[in-house]
Amino acid sequence: MTIPEEKNTIPAVEMQDIVLRFPGVLANDHVNFTMYPGEIHALLGENGAGKSTLMNVLTGLYKPQSGEVRIHGKLVNFNSPKDAIANGIGMVHQHFMLVENQTVTENILIGLDNPRFALNLKRYDKQVSDLAEQFGIHIDPTAKIWQLSVGEQQRVEILKILYRGANILIMDEPTAVLAPQEADELIATLKGMAAQGKSIAFISHKLNEVKQVADKLTVLRRGRVTAERMDLQNFTRESLASLMVGREVIFNLHKCDQAAGPEVLRLEDVSALNNKNLPALRNVDLELHEGEILGIAGVAGNGQSELVETITGLRPCSGRIWLEGRDIANRPPSFSISQGLAHIPEDRIGVGSAPNLSLTSNIIMKRFDQKPVSQKWQLNYMAADKLAGGLKTEYDIQAPSVQTQARKLSGGNLQKLILARELSSTPRMVVAMQPTRGLDVGAIESVQQLLLNQRAQGTAILLVSEDLDELLSLSDRIAVMYEGQIVGTVCTGEFDINQIGLMMTGTSLGDLPAKTSGVGTSNERAVSDFDGVLEQLHHQDQAAQADQTHQAERFPGSVMLDEDQTQAAPEEIPSPLEGSELNVSEKERVLRKVLGQNYKQGDEE
Amino acid sequence: MKIPYPVFLKRAEDYPKWLPAATSVAAVLLAFIISGIILKATGANPIKVYSYFIKASFGSWGAFSDVIVKAIPLMLIGLGCSLAFRMRLWNIGAEGQFFVGAFLATAVVMVPLVDLDTTPRWAVLSLMAALGMLGGAIYAFIAGYLKAKLNINEIIITLMLNYIAVLWNNYWIFGKWSESGFQMTKVFPKNAWLPRLADLAGKFPFFSGMTVHAGIFFALAAAIIVYLIIYRSKWGYKITLIGDNPRAARYAGINITANTILVFMISGALAGLAGMTEVSGVVHRLQERISTSYGFSGVIVAWLAKLNPFAVIVVSILFGALLVASREIQPSGLSFLIQGITLFLVISSDVLLKYEIKWVRPAQETA
Repeated sequence: MTIPEEKNTIPAVEMQDIVLRFPGVLANDHVNFTMYPGEIHALLGENGAGKSTLMNVLTGLYKPQSGEVRIHGKLVNFNSPKDAIANGIGMVHQHFMLVENQTVTENILIGLDNPRFALNLKRYDKQVSDLAEQFGIHIDPTAKIWQLSVGEQQRVEILKILYRGANILIMDEPTAVLAPQEADELIATLKGMAAQGKSIAFISHKLNEVKQVADKLTVLRRGRVTAERMDLQNFTRESLASLMVGREVIFNLHKCDQAAGPEVLRLEDVSALNNKNLPALRNVDLELHEGEILGIAGVAGNGQSELVETITGLRPCSGRIWLEGRDIANRPPSFSISQGLAHIPEDRIGVGSAPNLSLTSNIIMKRFDQKPVSQKWQLNYMAADKLAGGLKTEYDIQAPSVQTQARKLSGGNLQKLILARELSSTPRMVVAMQPTRGLDVGAIESVQQLLLNQRAQGTAILLVSEDLDELLSLSDRIAVMYEGQIVGTVCTGEFDINQIGLMMTGTSLGDLPAKTSGVGTSNERAVSDFDGVLEQLHHQDQAAQADQTHQAERFPGSVMLDEDQTQAAPEEIPSPLEGSELNVSEKERVLRKVLGQNYKQGDEE
Repeated sequence: MKIPYPVFLKRAEDYPKWLPAATSVAAVLLAFIISGIILKATGANPIKVYSYFIKASFGSWGAFSDVIVKAIPLMLIGLGCSLAFRMRLWNIGAEGQFFVGAFLATAVVMVPLVDLDTTPRWAVLSLMAALGMLGGAIYAFIAGYLKAKLNINEIIITLMLNYIAVLWNNYWIFGKWSESGFQMTKVFPKNAWLPRLADLAGKFPFFSGMTVHAGIFFALAAAIIVYLIIYRSKWGYKITLIGDNPRAARYAGINITANTILVFMISGALAGLAGMTEVSGVVHRLQERISTSYGFSGVIVAWLAKLNPFAVIVVSILFGALLVASREIQPSGLSFLIQGITLFLVISSDVLLKYEIKWVRPAQETA
């Protein structure tokens, strides 16, 4: 399968027959990985496929049980990340390791031997900005980290490893934390660095993005290589997905047509405060029916978490929450659990599981008080193990045994464990918050299908998600939240992604422009509409534009529009965003974020 | 000497089941070796000291009986701490709870709450035990309530409450209950004494002089109950779940506030019971020095036993032996030295459970 075109150059990285075994798991099973200078090499695979493990071998964090690593043709044996850095290997992790109160330059210098004692910051600021310029990275070396956006912080991380002389960069799911524009900019930067001879390993499970950025591709599945150094042109999204999960992934879910049944949940005038004691929910009214999926759309932080917490009894509130005729507002979680309310929490590790306890202990979390696990005052561990074993098979949770600690499960398997616990109790209602976030394609598909199966069984489902595509494909109705209020509730299919996107910026239902297309949405249409909206935005207020130009100067890397786009816009179109309180640039940012994913997809296909 | 290869700590994914026990045993042995080196440095012969230690505590049945007497309060307190620590509640107020338990048990005799001449012994002792537990529980409730409701650091509260309890007892033994100006109460009537083996010396001369009292049954029963709670009961599952991830426990519908207070109170009740056994089984009066810092040694016992109730029994006997031996040896602080070093080593030995230590050869720089 190897393509031998670069025969005369020495590969920057050559990993051969890497075997790494963790207790119960073969994380890397004779894995080969080769990367040449000036190449962006995507490493694709599901969660737990062994991508990160392989890269941790390369950065000296793990030692393989067998196999060889060659860097620029030289056999190496790394004992610690320090050795890897000395060999020009650097990794940008998903979670940044930066000191908030220090400047960019200070963060870059942390841990280095030079400067030794006295610090002439000015001199190093210059070095940093020169380095940044060389790779086309926009950053102010004197800015403090807390002033920077996530995308800018990531650039600091990249500069940090470049400053240490890295010519092999490993990016661990770098776009997961970025807004679409920031992702585009990152990709441009990476391409620029590759052009200057750096090799970049790009870990991802986003298929679109991989197609956009990478030259070569290696795919891992369950610790084995399923495609080694392939050219990306030869693949479609579907064929990549099947390489990753080992079967054809059907991107169309099976969703049956059914009429919603009687009302299950009703919120009346519910208000609640957030953790900072500021109003987070304002007079929310909602109702949800049997066999219905109600999607909650909204930009993160507009009250979705608080909504879920008040319904599940984790947050005090005012108003009433009726679950099948019983008021569950301000009742303890145990009450709503006993009434058949299942909750798939946003934070799988921090809330949804007990990391150091076994799979069994995690499975029985909500039913240790029910037979057969409960035996008078005793807990029947045999029955619990049996129950857990059954669910492990049924929900296909990959783990050595039911005694395995939950923290050893991969993200997808942990989510399956939580779903197994919540859905197997035949709930009347499920509250699911971001159930597919951070999961790979295979896992997303199975989680979504599980939710649809619940719907078919007549369960009422409240689905909170930031992924509009997910909401549109799963929900029967979508309620849009903005600043703690429900801006409007729409039936899926009657409104398109643009209109929902506008509502997410606070536009109420009555102020929406007419629907621009027939039933359903197409990506191209979404893109053109999107541009139209942006044009309108830009001509509605000159002052806002000036403000934005100003912003662009302050934060050169932040969200910006092309100049010509702003100039070419028609003038007579009335603003669809009138009456809301956001200024233009903010609205635009939100819109970009909401529609960005579609925008990119449309661009490419 | 230079270490030939660099040492690395590698995060261990799993450890064998025997490892925690092995590290505890190794920690104790190492503590004795280190203390031996210190002894050597002071000019003593450690081998001699240790053999004297063993003779003093295990040399005869009488000595062993003394060891058990010292071990009983350690067992009860260690069990209480094991339960609290499992929920990650750092109750280091056992010393104070012990004193309040001893105080309330004494009140039965000193107030007196019952007519000591006519009430049968079992009833007096049951009342004393019940009040001892109540005293410890109430005292622990203060810390538990503040922790559960206001999230105030329980370590600081329990530590401070220790001093209050000691001074509270002093108030009574220096003042109201003082035996003709001495800092102690009068001797309890026999009705308020826990039965001892020596009581049977009339029938079995072998037992004469053996001071082991019925408190040992309290301790053994407590061990079994705590074992059943932790490893068998639904409540133990809740405690473990709260200990591992309180947010998950709350999400699962478990009442954390109530369980925090309850676990604190049970932990305190066991310490209070220990106080009762001391006044009723050993000194037979309330006096200033009824505890050789049992409350703090109990914390060490719980850690050394890795929170396992039956291991608590074994470790308590070892620590009881140290206490007995310290009576025979100068300076008597030696046993506390060994205790301190042991705790230090046990806590640091956790590294061995979480990491593998590796000596690695330097990278082979061959092409």
